[in-house]
Amino acid sequence: MNFGNGPRGSDVLVMGAGVIGAATAYFAAQQGLSVTVLDKGLPAGGTSSACEGNILVSDKELGPELELTRYSLGVWHNDLAEHKKLWEFESKGGIIVASRESSLASLNRVMAVQQGFGVDVEELDQAALREAEPHISREALGGASYREDCQVQPMLVAAHLVRLATEAGARFIADTPVTAFLRSGPGRSVSGRDGGRVTGVRTPRGDFPAGAVVNCTGTWAGELAALAGVEVPVLPRRGFVMVTEPLPPMVHHKVYAAEYIDNVGSSDAGLQASPVVEGTPSGTILIGSTRERVGFDRTVSTAALGLLARNATALFPFLERVKAIRHYHGFRPYCPDHLPVIGHDDRAPGLWHAAGHEGAGIGLSAGTGKLLAQALAGLTPDMDLTPFAPARFGESGAHTSAHREEATA
Amino acid sequence: MSDAVSSSTISVDVAVVGAGPAGLAAAVAAAEAGARVAVVDAGAQPGGQFWRHARETVQPEAADDQPDGHGHHGWSTYLDLRARFDAAQRAGRITYLPGLQVWMAEPGFTLHTTPAVASSGTVPATVTASRLVLCPGGYDRQLPVPGWELPGVMAAGGIQAFIKANGVLPGKRFVIAGTGPFLLPVAAGIAEAGGKVLAVLESSAPSAWLPHLAAASGVPGKALEGAEYAALFARHRIPYRTRSIVTEVLGSGRAEGVRTAKVDAEGRVRPGTGRAYTDVDVVGFGWGFTPQMELPVSLGVDTRIDADGSLVGVVDERQQSSVPGLFLAGEVTGVGGATLAVLEGLAAGAAAARPDSTTPVKQPAAITRHRRFAQAMHQAHPVPAAWPDWLTPDTTVCRCEEVTAGEITEARDNLGARDARSLKSFTRAGMGWCQGRVCGFAAACLGAGPGEAPDAGSLAGSAKRPLAAPVAIGELAALD
Ligand SMILES: Cc1cc2nc3c(=O)[nH]c(=O)nc-3n(C[C@H](O)[C@H](O)[C@H](O)COP(=O)(O)OP(=O)(O)OC[C@H]3O[C@@H](n4cnc5c(N)ncnc54)[C@H](O)[C@@H]3O)c2cc1C
Ligand SMILES: Cc1cc2nc3c(=O)[nH]c(=O)nc-3n(C[C@H](O)[C@H](O)[C@H](O)COP(=O)(O)OP(=O)(O)OC[C@H]3O[C@@H](n4cnc5c(N)ncnc54)[C@H](O)[C@@H]3O)c2cc1C
Repeated sequence: MNFGNGPRGSDVLVMGAGVIGAATAYFAAQQGLSVTVLDKGLPAGGTSSACEGNILVSDKELGPELELTRYSLGVWHNDLAEHKKLWEFESKGGIIVASRESSLASLNRVMAVQQGFGVDVEELDQAALREAEPHISREALGGASYREDCQVQPMLVAAHLVRLATEAGARFIADTPVTAFLRSGPGRSVSGRDGGRVTGVRTPRGDFPAGAVVNCTGTWAGELAALAGVEVPVLPRRGFVMVTEPLPPMVHHKVYAAEYIDNVGSSDAGLQASPVVEGTPSGTILIGSTRERVGFDRTVSTAALGLLARNATALFPFLERVKAIRHYHGFRPYCPDHLPVIGHDDRAPGLWHAAGHEGAGIGLSAGTGKLLAQALAGLTPDMDLTPFAPARFGESGAHTSAHREEATA
Repeated sequence: MSDAVSSSTISVDVAVVGAGPAGLAAAVAAAEAGARVAVVDAGAQPGGQFWRHARETVQPEAADDQPDGHGHHGWSTYLDLRARFDAAQRAGRITYLPGLQVWMAEPGFTLHTTPAVASSGTVPATVTASRLVLCPGGYDRQLPVPGWELPGVMAAGGIQAFIKANGVLPGKRFVIAGTGPFLLPVAAGIAEAGGKVLAVLESSAPSAWLPHLAAASGVPGKALEGAEYAALFARHRIPYRTRSIVTEVLGSGRAEGVRTAKVDAEGRVRPGTGRAYTDVDVVGFGWGFTPQMELPVSLGVDTRIDADGSLVGVVDERQQSSVPGLFLAGEVTGVGGATLAVLEGLAAGAAAARPDSTTPVKQPAAITRHRRFAQAMHQAHPVPAAWPDWLTPDTTVCRCEEVTAGEITEARDNLGARDARSLKSFTRAGMGWCQGRVCGFAAACLGAGPGEAPDAGSLAGSAKRPLAAPVAIGELAALD
């Protein structure tokens, strides 16, 4: 891998080597563009290494996100098919379980909507559910099976997409934080609203001029946008995940509780969790995940652990006696309207964003990268990106207090 | 819902984790200085690693009558501390909580506990205290070598613990290899218990100056110990080969023999020096110790790399870490043996009992002497720089997840992994049952690249275990 340094211009400069930046770089390189990827650390050093690798259709309601999910699923299965093994791609399917009449009702409602949209979902009665997951709680009333749900190992996705991008001619430089933008136009050097076109980035390793700069910095995206004088309201939503000791196979699919659906779209700041229980190839079981808005607080929350444990044992009572060996947490990058920001920022010409994918960035990365690369290459993207446009946050963005760094290039 | 046993909460002035040499001393010193103390220890009875002994069947006061006390260095120190510990318990100053493992320490401080693996009968307790003394000790440091995943390969300390706890040997014919003075008591213990030690292979060449050094640094007891071992080795005809290593453990299904070789000062194998030992039951490896740093790291203490390459906590002359109210003693401040651990424990316990005392403290001279001696020991017994050369691409490095050396170097060279954390992300090394306790050091070395030692960041990454011990999900379900 090319870890060399020294400034060099490129068509596209990608800031951030999480899954989103990695996929963007990969597809931009496939488009024949010259690409430079910078990260302040290593690939997958951010949220992409503190999550689960679910590619879910099951938790999406009708709308642009479901559309992007399905597009992305196609990219995983087709464009990236030859690399599946590299990131442990597994089509294991998901099952949503309802344990209360009320949640069964909302599950049925969602299922109907999704079926109408062509999602491959099948109702499971109690017996079918038990057959699919023999250790499921006796309280479970029924469920829904989503055969399209699959998973990847996200850290390997990011690392290999960066590697494949470099093999296609891109350059990756680690340990290189972007500290300011190069601007053309009035004054040519002012970082900020009226600084003119974004023409590159400044880093401690020097300046990197570029035709287009793509902000793929996840939870840091708001900070980076502010450096260009525009507002992109990406906020952190903390999530804990618990890992058990290795066991013989006991959980065969990704198993979620029906309440999951209600939680995902919620903006409630308080602690929430719905169990997502799944076995991994190494025998450990992953129990995810909580959602709460506490900024970037890294203190371990016993409340979060307790909630995860209670929800998981409610789904699979055998887990009560199983030992947890680890837990970790990450910060989902989310926008107030729960849609990612993907596309060119007309408020700062030359600057693009692909960030704010919240709890679905792994699954959405492939599609996001491909669509954005098409746009960067001047093509019409396969899917309309308007719902994700940065401009939806309006001109108010101008008022964010940006660091004003002088750049002389 | 969970039917987990409900746990009680105990509030004290000073909480101590560990009842080894450091923890016992800390608890006694704090209690004698007037503090209310709680001691949480995973063991079923006090003593830790060093004074691990067979299950007490009689009253502790009579422990010196037990055959088990015989052969323990510093047993009289133990008996003295133990008598004071028991007296403080009787006086209600010490609450002793054996058989419990701390799985999480919260700032401020709250300790969450779970029954230790061997003590499933105990009821977890939560301990809150305004000062905390962490004395969790350490465990044998391991380096991978082809074949080390075979049954019959043990940590040298594991063999010793097995003998101390069970009174029997885990096999008949042994080869002990690695580096450091600790290989001597392990081999001696095996011989005393009736086992055959075919060879002790020491990768360094600690020359005859070591005993002199012990005396010169003001720790004459160490010289005496050395002389005792020399006599014992002679009596049992144990070959002690320096600049020698095990290059491969042989066997199908279990360890049956080893291949060995001579090495140069860097640890490079000298061609033509290979030989083999057959008919081996147990191979014991010890490459020094790894301090158990997960609790100190989780509470955010400043760390440094000690002379032996281990990550340890930084402490001041009162044994206080960079976190106010948090004291460290024993191996977590630098591997230095039981005598030093006791001295540090006494200092830490006394300081934790009187946190507001403004009288300037001078570090006891004995602590300084023993630290100096420990540093010299570490320098005389380095982990050989060239050890990664002993591996073949298919040598297992992480035994839990079966990750090979080849997979690790590939992640380093092609995916940019370079520390324990990124290696874990890209290869699963350290993600299994032991959470990198065994392979963490080796993986960090391999990540750093040829000839490079891992830095504090990499080792801290591998010591970061938010669960300091496995805990049943049913128990976690009771948390709110
Ligand atoms: C608990 C949890 C569970 C999750 N489960 C799933 C799941 O099952 N499925 C799913 O699809 N999604 C899941 N997610 C969401 C997913 O992890 C994220 O949406 C995704 O990782 C975001 O990727 P990213 O590339 O945008 O951000 P990141 O991975 O955070 O990458 C951003 C990168 O930008 C770099 N950077 C920051 N500032 C700078 C700078 N100034 N200069 C250069 N580089 C910089 C960072 O170092 C980092 O590498 C989960 C998230 C959490 C927290
Ligand atoms: C297996 C082994 C054998 C050894 N044999 C010798 C020898 O023969 N000669 C020699 O000179 N030195 C020997 N040593 C080194 C010597 O034991 C140490 O120098 C000394 O014990 C250090 O004392 P300590 O109090 O720091 O730690 P320890 O004696 O290791 O005591 C630590 C105690 O803390 C407990 N503990 C740790 N974590 C937790 C937790 N999370 N919750 C609750 N309790 C916890 C442990 O169970 C243990 O009881 C040995 C070390 C090991 C690991």
